[in-house]
Amino acid sequence: MFTPSHFTAVLLFALFASTVFGITMRETPKRMVRYGAYCFVLFVGSAILLSWLMYFIAR
Amino acid sequence: MAEPQNTSAAAVNSTPQGFVYLPLIVGWLVPGAGHFLMRKWGRGALLAVSILGMFVLGLAMQGKVYAHSGDILDMLGLVGDLGTGLLYIVSRALGLGADAVQVTTADYGTRFIVVAGLLNVVAAVDAHNLRTGRKPL
Repeated sequence: MFTPSHFTAVLLFALFASTVFGITMRETPKRMVRYGAYCFVLFVGSAILLSWLMYFIAR
Repeated sequence: MAEPQNTSAAAVNSTPQGFVYLPLIVGWLVPGAGHFLMRKWGRGALLAVSILGMFVLGLAMQGKVYAHSGDILDMLGLVGDLGTGLLYIVSRALGLGADAVQVTTADYGTRFIVVAGLLNVVAAVDAHNLRTGRKPL
């Protein structure tokens, strides 16, 4: 059984989803990599931002 | 005035021959296989690793594989799971993902499995677009 932490799960989700988005949404390899990296940063960044937001709301 | 003729001639030459839905169907059944069919080995391998990895990790997290039920949310989950094609059929046949949820990460696992199915549909449509010429090879 695999029991990752919440953040590890976010990183894995972002990695796999960004890879598929990058390959399918852009046409050239260079643009695929750039778009994949952009999606990864947005996934992880928004998760961190929302986490802090919920932390302060809960206090 | 010669340009429109050249454009139409190019369009006729680039009209796909044969069964254009084959990469779509094969890509849906086996993650990445649609791109392999279009000889996009690197892209197909990355898609296969990503989708298979997500599906397997979802199962390893004790995620649930949806079966037919009357609940509307379960039906939506089933639609997402069906996107994984043969992986769904095999996992159902082996009884994987059927255990009751016992750990917190199981909910993440269930989402991983559903999203793997949805991403596989996106990948299969991309293979279809490569086949029809809507996306350049």
